[in-house]
Amino acid sequence: MIRLEQVSKAYKTSTRPALENINVEVDKGEFVFLIGPSGSGKSTFLRLLLREEVPSKGRVYVANFDLTRMARRRVPRLRQSIGCVFQDFRLLANKTVAGNVAFALEVIGKPRPTIRKVVPEVLELVGLEGKAERMPHELSGGEQQRVAIARAFVNRPLMLLADEPTGNLDPDTSQDIMLLLERINRTGTTVLMATHDHSIVDSMRRRVVELDLGRVVRDDARGVYGVGR
Amino acid sequence: MRASFVFSEVVTGLRRNITMTIAMIITTAISLALLGGGLLVVRMIDKTKVLYQDKVEVSVFLTNDVSSSDKGCANDPCKGLFSALQSDPAVDTVTFENREQAFERFKRIFEAQPELVKLARPEALPASFHVKLKNPDRPEVITQSYNGRAGVDTISDQSEFLDRFFNALNGFRNMTFAIALFMAIAALLLISNTVQLSAFTRRTEVGIMRLVGATRWYTQLPFLLEAMVTGLIGAVLAIGLLVLLKLSFLDDVLADPIAAGVVRSVESIDILLVAPWLLLVALGISAVTGYVTLRLYVRT
Repeated sequence: MIRLEQVSKAYKTSTRPALENINVEVDKGEFVFLIGPSGSGKSTFLRLLLREEVPSKGRVYVANFDLTRMARRRVPRLRQSIGCVFQDFRLLANKTVAGNVAFALEVIGKPRPTIRKVVPEVLELVGLEGKAERMPHELSGGEQQRVAIARAFVNRPLMLLADEPTGNLDPDTSQDIMLLLERINRTGTTVLMATHDHSIVDSMRRRVVELDLGRVVRDDARGVYGVGR
Repeated sequence: MRASFVFSEVVTGLRRNITMTIAMIITTAISLALLGGGLLVVRMIDKTKVLYQDKVEVSVFLTNDVSSSDKGCANDPCKGLFSALQSDPAVDTVTFENREQAFERFKRIFEAQPELVKLARPEALPASFHVKLKNPDRPEVITQSYNGRAGVDTISDQSEFLDRFFNALNGFRNMTFAIALFMAIAALLLISNTVQLSAFTRRTEVGIMRLVGATRWYTQLPFLLEAMVTGLIGAVLAIGLLVLLKLSFLDDVLADPIAAGVVRSVESIDILLVAPWLLLVALGISAVTGYVTLRLYVRT
């Protein structure tokens, strides 16, 4: 599903490369935590997968796409097979819950009947049935993140990237969000989640890839956040 | 591409930036009205020029001798000059006017001053050829080749006066164009600015669109169409402004010179002919500016 081969990424403005000689492979259907302190290269890692950045060296493969050789006009196709969730939810304040989810399908040209059918389905999946016509500001943080997950998942992506999805949520709500991500993972969707949250990583016992100063320092199949941290 | 989605995005975008939309429409309208005004002035000048050129003739006056002896232009040198002028490639038409005809014309011109007419004698007036040129801008070809020929007294071509007159008109036209150009640049920058601001206000939407894999057309077409719709509304207003200007102002101010045949009026048909150009310019400029702005300032 994801393969990074000897990937390095250096930004022009920085002397130290953001990522250095990364080799990571993620299979279809895996659930992977990407951990590491701020500035360790987690964001760059995710941006490479979305082809927001191209590597300075090495190759990046995502879902049969060779991102290093990909033409610009093919990038939308890649992104349609990846769902994204962020710490700050990134909902459109002027659209309802259903409108936010439908937006992701409208802008890729899905026909209206399809949208009418799948939006309620995915809202039910994330546990927001009955809140379709609410506005984002009427919802709690956890509910807003559910909307964001619904939007990321509505097009049934092969892979879900989550960048600190629980960063703004209390522990109980975080736990609910993790259950939801697990459920999505069980549908066969690969989930890659960047996080700082010790307790979540420790309780889930999933694969952990740890970055530090742009290098992979640990890759455990059933890891915890780390000893002594 | 779902038209309904793009359309609703355009409407939302225009409504959300309503104050800026209005500002852009007004400025575009004024710029285009000036541009249209410039084009109208150009048309007016061109038509006025034609008006004068129709009247421009070269008069070849014959000597007193020929004038008195050859009333019908039947003998040389008059006959020779006549056929030479007729076959001259630069000449459009030639008419011969003998002494009596000249006197008739004189009487008509000075109808209002009978004393003057009473004093005048046909013998004081020379016979002449009135030559209309194919290219009224170059009367010197006649002057040069016929001056000094047997039977020719003087040649008058009014060219010096008309040169100055046309120079003034051309200068005026160029000035109008220059102003129109500057206004077009102002409108262009404004459109570019509006597109940038519009893209900025909707950066969240655009960000999400890119993330979920919308193509560039989906992300950018709404902005382009927004710019084009405002441009179009501006152009329609500009045309309205021109019509209003003609009806309420220009017709009154120019009423006297038009009646006197000094200048040509701006007809409604002129505005009708300029209108499609204004619409085209508005659409073209807003589309190109929008596109370039998006390419330069908005990441895809």
